[in-house]
Amino acid sequence: MEAPGYTLGETIKGLLRAWAASMIAAWIVTPLGISILYAFSSPDLYYNPGIVLPTSLTLSNIQQLWNLGAAQSVLNSVVVGILTVSFSFLLGLPAGYAFAKYLFRGRDALKLLLVGMRMFPIIVIAVPLLVIYFRLGLNDTLLGLALAHTAMALPFVVLISSAVFSGVPRELEEAALVFGLTPLGVFYRVTIPLALPGLSAAAMFTFLMSWNEVFIASVLTLTNRTLPAFILQSALASTDPIKFAAGFLMIVPALIFILIARRYLITAWSITIR
Amino acid sequence: MGFERFTPYVLIAPALLYMGIFIGIPILESVYIAFFEQGAFTLSSIDRLLTSSNYVEAFKFTLLLAGVIISVEVLLAVIIAVFLYYAFPGRDALVYIVIVPLAISDVAAGLIWYSILTGNGFINKLLLNAGVIDSPIQFLGYTVRHLEFLAIVLAEIWRSMAIVFVITFAGLQQVSREIIEAAEVFGAGFWAKLRHVIIPSIKPPLQSALIIRTLFAFQIFGVVWVLAGRDIPVLAGEAYYELRILFREDIAALYALTIAAVSIAFGYFYLRLLRARHLEV
Repeated sequence: MEAPGYTLGETIKGLLRAWAASMIAAWIVTPLGISILYAFSSPDLYYNPGIVLPTSLTLSNIQQLWNLGAAQSVLNSVVVGILTVSFSFLLGLPAGYAFAKYLFRGRDALKLLLVGMRMFPIIVIAVPLLVIYFRLGLNDTLLGLALAHTAMALPFVVLISSAVFSGVPRELEEAALVFGLTPLGVFYRVTIPLALPGLSAAAMFTFLMSWNEVFIASVLTLTNRTLPAFILQSALASTDPIKFAAGFLMIVPALIFILIARRYLITAWSITIR
Repeated sequence: MGFERFTPYVLIAPALLYMGIFIGIPILESVYIAFFEQGAFTLSSIDRLLTSSNYVEAFKFTLLLAGVIISVEVLLAVIIAVFLYYAFPGRDALVYIVIVPLAISDVAAGLIWYSILTGNGFINKLLLNAGVIDSPIQFLGYTVRHLEFLAIVLAEIWRSMAIVFVITFAGLQQVSREIIEAAEVFGAGFWAKLRHVIIPSIKPPLQSALIIRTLFAFQIFGVVWVLAGRDIPVLAGEAYYELRILFREDIAALYALTIAAVSIAFGYFYLRLLRARHLEV
């Protein structure tokens, strides 16, 4: 008769597993935590070699950063992000729907083309785009940057909305047609509501892509800088605590997004590869 | 909804047109900027590129960084994905934790690791106060370029391993339970299942992850700029510098075209090599 409880082998395995798990968690969380702590520690505490971790927190770094011009760049990033999501969804959702719900000649080839575009180094368009924008008067504008970001996000939006729409059961749509709705009506009343969770996650991720993008933003904007461009051009010349405060500002939407959309992160990223 | 003649094309056309315009025209313009001076074709920009810029170094470092970072993070991602394959208490929480860096930008990742490695950063403070060292170790700065390189590698692995992991993990999760159970019926133990079912199932998603990760690695910019500035020149960094600081558009265009060329070449050879069956959608 087996005695209740864990065997020695199981216990050791369990302990090793717990150790590995905590090492992995620490590897991810510690740098994050440290930089956030430092972002909120006053310069005297930070520059004091005897203090490893600050015990009292302050908002003074964020305030200083704000005064340096971060407020405006955060606003710019938000505007560009919203524009990017709007444009890419306007252009991308219909295409995604077409891939999901229609059979047509060239479907596979076009989809492969889209996957190829997703892998194209979009940042290389920034250099000529600057020159082109000068001629068009779009130079140093948020609209110009949003248009470039839309090019970056569009393949992703098409691919992921295609996957999301595919997930809406065809039977429901056909049933709606039987009940007398027009195809457009089906789209609004049946498809969109069911696709909404996935599309919302895609929208948040698209916003995040634009928010995080630094190369194109740094090249195309000068006075209307977005946050990453601002960091590159101003914050890097400032003191350490200011740098960390800037880093914190950058990761706030990322942390919010992960909190809200964590379930979709895995599916979203793996879908766009296939 | 079936085989309808024009609707799908009408729906797709705007997106395709937009991409065509925003990729095609800039590429053409790039070539023009790089190779045409006042309307005449010239290769003088290449000459200036090779003699008066950091082109060779940037090319070298970009590829070197890509090679080192990707090798290490793929190994880590696979090990962690396999480790997290079987459920255990806290497994789901750990998966989410590992995925967190996915949403973090390279600039932020650079700043985060700056807070760990700089003179007043966490590691130095820790070691100083523990009595292990007498004065701060310098990880960042031109004189310690080799350590800067390591810092960049560390920060990038921390940030982008999540990308490889997510794709590999998602792919692994789809390994049919039936195959696993069949293996168990045939008496496969833990290690046998690992070797004959799990590891082979990693290959397709890993290949996808590898190609996308490598292509993005050629564009490395933010992390390098934050941690090392131009001490470690990379293609994208030099392109930015040439364009925005030196106002040499033709040189910048050449850098950009180099990134595009390397990416396309790599993508082409990679797909050829694997006859990318799994990329067919």
